[in-house]
Amino acid sequence: MTGTIAVGPTDVKPAAAPLAANRALSGPRVSGRVVVMTLYLLFLMLPIYWLLNMSLKTNMEITSGLTLWPREITFDNYVKIFTDSSWYSGYINSLTYVIINTVLSISFALPAAYAFSRYRFLGDKHLFFWLLTNRMAPAAVFALPFFNLYSAIGLFDTPWAVALAHCLFNVPLAVWILEGFMSGVPREIDETAAIDGYSFPRFFVKIFMPLIASGIGVAAFFCFMFSWVELLLARTLTSVNAKPIAATMTRTISAAGMDWGLLAAAGMLTIVPGALVIWFVRNYIAKGFALGRV
Amino acid sequence: MTKTVYNGAWFFVLPVFAIVAFSAVLPLMTVVNYSVQDTFGNNQFFWNGIGWFQELLDPSTELGGRFFEALWRSLLFSAIILMIEVPLGIAVALAMPREGWTVALCLVLMALPLLIPWNVVGTIWQVFARSDIGLLGWTVNHLGIDYNYTNDSIDAWVTLIVMDVWHWTSLVALLCYAGLKSIPDAYYQAARIDGASRWAVFRTIQLPKMRRVLLIAVLLRFMDSFMIYTEPFVITGGGPGNATTFLSIDLVKLALGQFDLGKAAAMSLVYNLIILAICWVFYTVMTNVDAERERVEA
Repeated sequence: MTGTIAVGPTDVKPAAAPLAANRALSGPRVSGRVVVMTLYLLFLMLPIYWLLNMSLKTNMEITSGLTLWPREITFDNYVKIFTDSSWYSGYINSLTYVIINTVLSISFALPAAYAFSRYRFLGDKHLFFWLLTNRMAPAAVFALPFFNLYSAIGLFDTPWAVALAHCLFNVPLAVWILEGFMSGVPREIDETAAIDGYSFPRFFVKIFMPLIASGIGVAAFFCFMFSWVELLLARTLTSVNAKPIAATMTRTISAAGMDWGLLAAAGMLTIVPGALVIWFVRNYIAKGFALGRV
Repeated sequence: MTKTVYNGAWFFVLPVFAIVAFSAVLPLMTVVNYSVQDTFGNNQFFWNGIGWFQELLDPSTELGGRFFEALWRSLLFSAIILMIEVPLGIAVALAMPREGWTVALCLVLMALPLLIPWNVVGTIWQVFARSDIGLLGWTVNHLGIDYNYTNDSIDAWVTLIVMDVWHWTSLVALLCYAGLKSIPDAYYQAARIDGASRWAVFRTIQLPKMRRVLLIAVLLRFMDSFMIYTEPFVITGGGPGNATTFLSIDLVKLALGQFDLGKAAAMSLVYNLIILAICWVFYTVMTNVDAERERVEA
């Protein structure tokens, strides 16, 4: 501290430079940036606000006219979901297959990503490309064959069927993300550990995995995300016992017309797990979305 | 960093290979099997050779006609999506606050739409755009613009495009933001010393640094919009008429609706081949960019 004071104003310049540089770049545009960001966030939040607004209204109020906020707040829609087992079991089913899928994908992908990041082997590039194409395979193509396959092996209408089916796109994605993070760890660490007498499994679990912990977190986040939001396969592979919440939502259409309030409440509740997960990984989001490749 | 040649690495890859082969190759074989057969029902199949493929790739037939229409629709949709989301995503990334608590807030709010189940996204927009109980539809109609996405195909397209922009622009923005974050302050200082304009900084510093993440963004956005199914299914159901029947929707109609297994299987394979080809182009470009970067850094 005393150093900077003693040297005086001449030394202040370099320290202030980054700030000044930032200001020079964004200088007169500061307000412009705030405007862009505010408008964008407003655009993102409006439809969600509308859903929340509807979920707190009675059906009478929803259909009788447009109101920007509920005149009489009612929690009946939420109460109905939490007390009716056919509703809340949908959430449990969804979370079950999402968690199974995340655990499976990460444990399969870890060794493979290590191989891709450290070694050159016969057909490695082709294999990597083939994996990548599966991330891009349209779910619509696989709906019917999966239905046949999982019916044949007796897994139809279990969380395992959906969890395994989602591995189709989540395992390649996890390999891709983890490979990016692992390539950022210098090889010298592997060699030093070997010289120090670590066996490979011990090195991998004790030293290597903590080093790429944020990568594992990011990969798990993405597996969770894509398994949670997918519906076509999840709906095709389940009928009663393992029905995901998103499919249960179609029940709100009945002979008496749409139950809009209930639909909105169910929709709001599907946003909650995602929001919680985002909150936990907020510091890694940016790097994570770049799949470890910046 | 040169990698060691070691074929034993295959043992590490084996579990992944097994599970992906189980869930990709096995089902695809069923599809191939269906694609060369015809049926009279009752599970009786007979050999049909390449008949379905010939019909599919000939636009003058009924099947070929609808396939090419759906294909152009999907390509047009993806093109519009990319043209809007990529520039908008870059703009939003540049508008991100640099420090403070607002950064985390913006990140969390931006990522929120990405984690909403796709059919709920559909539901949200279905409700939001309705002219009687939806804020957007009501407002637009009260501004004197006639808007009804269930009757008018242009309105249906606009609704789907705005919905997709809402849903996925954040992905592009977050990727670009990650790219921007990796630029050292020294670059900006150098630019300032050189008296570079805002545009020059963007062209020569920010854009090149974002090239790699932008490629990922374009790849993911193209693929996901090209195989979009759930959201249009919920919002428009492919209509009005066939106006928003994209490839995936058409395929599911054919396979699970009409149970035309042969035709649907042939369509699946062609669809998959298109994706494979596009994937390969992106992958080649991406590996070239990577190799170039490694050369520069070495």
